Amino acid sequence: MHVNSTTEEKEIVTRQKSKLGVRLFFIYLICYAGFVILGVFKYELLATTVFSGLNLAVVYGIGLIVFAVIMGIIYNYYCTKYEDEAEKADELIKEDKK
Amino acid sequence: MIYDISITALIFFFIFVGLVLGLSFYFGRKKSDSSSYYAAGGQIHWAVNGIAFAGDYLSAASFLGICGMIAIAGFDGFLYAIGFLAGWIVALFLIAEPFKRLGKYTFTDALNAKFNSRAITLSASISTLIISVFYLIPQMVGAGDLVMPLLGLPHWAGVILVGAIVIAIVASAGMASTTYVQFLKGGLLIILSVILTGYILKNGLSLSPSTKDNTYHKFITLTPQVEGDKVTAVAGWDVISQQTVGEKTFVKLSQSGVERWFYLTNNDGKQSLKETLTIVQKVNGEKLYNGETKDKRKFYQVGHLSKIIVNGKEVDRTGAVGPFEFLSTINTSDVVRFLQTKITDGTDLVSVYYPEVTSGAKFMLPGLKYKIGSDASLWSKLDFVSLMLALFLGTAALPHILIRYYTVKTPRDARKSTILAIAAIGGFYILTLFIGLGAGVNGVMDVESSNMAAPLLAKAFGAVLFSVISAVAFATVLGTVAGLIVASSGAIAHDFIDIYLKKNLNDDNKVKVGKIAAVVVGIFAILLGMAFKGINVSFLVGWAFAIAASANLPAILFLLFWKRTSSTGISASIVVGIVASLAIILTSPTMWDKYGLGAENSMHQMENPALISFPLAVLTVYVCSILYPKKEVKVELTR
Repeated sequence: MHVNSTTEEKEIVTRQKSKLGVRLFFIYLICYAGFVILGVFKYELLATTVFSGLNLAVVYGIGLIVFAVIMGIIYNYYCTKYEDEAEKADELIKEDKK
Repeated sequence: MIYDISITALIFFFIFVGLVLGLSFYFGRKKSDSSSYYAAGGQIHWAVNGIAFAGDYLSAASFLGICGMIAIAGFDGFLYAIGFLAGWIVALFLIAEPFKRLGKYTFTDALNAKFNSRAITLSASISTLIISVFYLIPQMVGAGDLVMPLLGLPHWAGVILVGAIVIAIVASAGMASTTYVQFLKGGLLIILSVILTGYILKNGLSLSPSTKDNTYHKFITLTPQVEGDKVTAVAGWDVISQQTVGEKTFVKLSQSGVERWFYLTNNDGKQSLKETLTIVQKVNGEKLYNGETKDKRKFYQVGHLSKIIVNGKEVDRTGAVGPFEFLSTINTSDVVRFLQTKITDGTDLVSVYYPEVTSGAKFMLPGLKYKIGSDASLWSKLDFVSLMLALFLGTAALPHILIRYYTVKTPRDARKSTILAIAAIGGFYILTLFIGLGAGVNGVMDVESSNMAAPLLAKAFGAVLFSVISAVAFATVLGTVAGLIVASSGAIAHDFIDIYLKKNLNDDNKVKVGKIAAVVVGIFAILLGMAFKGINVSFLVGWAFAIAASANLPAILFLLFWKRTSSTGISASIVVGIVASLAIILTSPTMWDKYGLGAENSMHQMENPALISFPLAVLTVYVCSILYPKKEVKVELTR
């Protein structure tokens, strides 16, 4: 089992995770806003066929959904890595003390 | 619409609803025996929790509403799917972990963790109540729509049925909506959607979309003799009268004593009369469907393609298609949508549903509901932006959504189940595009309500599929309604009466007050459910998202990311968010139409309030925090 309790979580891990979350949020925000801006200012562009007969609106829309899942996986990967690193560092300190 | 009752469908429906309800009671009892439900949370596998998360989130709005709106407005319905899912990004990346660090899991508790302020308790409990009620309306509307084709009951009966069942459950036992039931429901919804999509693709596209269980009505086109603007004669019919509404002209014809309305179209100088569907409301209360009484069954399902083009060639049917082929074929074909208008004919009030040919290319782009092309007005462009903003920011601010994030013990399991939930919900939303479009072109739509698109499409493929899908959808509504009623009665009994009014109720009285509150909220929800009949449920849920995004999110974001946020700032921003968004909603064209004043006369043209109310609430929390800085800090945020 890993360290569960939030109170025991290292402050540095918290800060790393929070920073990562905010960064990824802004990346997604830009992509999402891009779709809205395209719709309002360059509507005609959404009708462009991108591939196998699908227009940009459909590809961008499905893309946003798939991208959200990918972002989630990336977020999980790094958060787990931060937590593992902090744990390993902890164990090393303990061993040193022995 | 006129529905036939299918006995097979009915039996399967009751078995399924009974199974789901029985399971939830069974687990509910078991869980309440154990010392703590949430302490046992660590034993729930993250994958189970993830699908349960999806089950929680996929309410009537997602399954009934999105499919329905895609079926009648094409890509605009898909906008809701995109926004609903994007909202999870805000929840996962910005809100979930910091909330956990605050050690608080509900908005009221989290907002108040640092201040212990009565003003925050009051405003947060009011916002919980209002958001819950706005979330309840679409669930009730969806429930009413669901029972119509199943039980042959009128819409209001369905609303009362759901309301009564839920009030009975909540008021007598207190419903423990558990992880395993939501897991079952979420899993079933996704599996059934995959099956339905399989049927759609296998069935392909056809000009006459009849299946073995569903014969599609062949809509007729007549060639009139026209002098000037006036239709003078039609072979085989008597011309009665002619009316123009907006720019559309409708002609009343009669044949063997039955009066029908036709839609006059002009295609390159060639005029033709197209068959419409009408519901005539007589002064004496009598209703005529296509000129005849209900029992004659002369009212039809709609939605078809008028031209199918595959690889530049016009065809009658495509046969089985692949997913991309399905989307691209609709893109190059012509879709016939039925739009509604109202005519006053002497003392009769006539609802006319007339066919409008829309090019598939337009159908597959945003713009049929939210006009955003170069010819669109500024208002409708703002409305589109406002909708997308509300959907993006609303999810994380809904009082009942984030709670499940904390039901598994380790942070990494919570994350994993959230990501699985995002994947499951995302996959489901991509399928809604196929189901919605499939319903739109397979001749299954009910012109009176778009909400039944997915179940009616299932009905065309077979009674069993229809009943199972309806049962799961019905169970979904029951679960969501029960959860919302518990949440709002909690806001009244616990937050408002107990803490704000400092009544210090003992446990018995607290439960009693909670139950009374649940009954009152339930009855209120029933009345609203009847009042909003016929409006798409996703559109209605969009309002709940807008209020949540305006009232709760500015407060929570400032609390988490700006150290100088004060309690006055938080409560003022909640109040401003609620008042601004409610004011805009209550004066919107849709509400004006509901008041009977006519949508075109409304005070403004914004259907979605977030674009104005969210910035206002942000400004309020900022300005008020500076003007009235916080006095003391009880708990420091760990950062």
